[in-house]
Amino acid sequence: MTAEVVLQIVLTIAAGLIGVGLYGALSQQTIVMVMMGLELVLNGVLLAGGAAWYFLAPELPDAQMLVVVALVVMAVEMAMGFAVTVAFYRARQLDMIDMASDLRG
Amino acid sequence: MLSDLSGWAIAVVAVLGALSVAAGVAVFVVDSMARATFALLASFLAVAGVLLVLDLVYLAVVTALMMTMEMAIMAVFMIMFMMNPAGLMPMTMVHNAKGSAVVGAGAFVVLTVGIWTIDWPTRNPERPADSTRQLGEAIMGSHMLVMLVIGIALFATILAGTVLATARGRYDRFGAGLTAKRPDDPVPGGLRR
Repeated sequence: MTAEVVLQIVLTIAAGLIGVGLYGALSQQTIVMVMMGLELVLNGVLLAGGAAWYFLAPELPDAQMLVVVALVVMAVEMAMGFAVTVAFYRARQLDMIDMASDLRG
Repeated sequence: MLSDLSGWAIAVVAVLGALSVAAGVAVFVVDSMARATFALLASFLAVAGVLLVLDLVYLAVVTALMMTMEMAIMAVFMIMFMMNPAGLMPMTMVHNAKGSAVVGAGAFVVLTVGIWTIDWPTRNPERPADSTRQLGEAIMGSHMLVMLVIGIALFATILAGTVLATARGRYDRFGAGLTAKRPDDPVPGGLRR
């Protein structure tokens, strides 16, 4: 199998993760489930970054740095998401984003 | 150019990839929040396995360790905040499911069409002897700015997370200008200024 086809297979898997994550982030009503959808999107980015490094430019560290940045974004999203969920719950006893639609910018 | 991955490695990548997507779908299908969390963990571990096959040993291990811890914490939060943590009854809590499915499928189709029609560069790249060393040297050298920004972002996250999660701060007790004589406590006897 050529390297190009293997790269395309891996990137298609990453696209699948991004699609599923996008569906989850847009359709779920619970804040924590929305965060899980976003995490799945970032999971796809991790995979695509790793594949880009291996198949396209392994002599450069840039794609690896992209994966590191995606990991950090995941950690930050998780920490801030839970902090916002706790703050929300404390202020209004709610855990659904539909009940906080008045916060729409 | 033929891939330098062996047939076995390609098969492992395909199986783990299919597993990661299947686990990702399971996150939004299962009824129990604990099961959804562990399905997400399975998806992350499958991606970490693919990274391992692609020679990114350090990043694969970091992904696996970080996500295991993160999902363990997430499971606690899920059980705290969800009305159906044990999955004892069927549950769907979605809005605009059809529109979201169209957007998700649309994004997948657009990306896939792009992936399979782009003329990817075919060349014989030079592989580093050690990908971890390459990343480490980049972090401490040419890409140090990225790490500096990441460090500041994580520090800001610590501060913001603490501020948001703290029940009552001094501004709640003494007003926006910190001018109140007595703290506005639900139960008197708190610390003075």
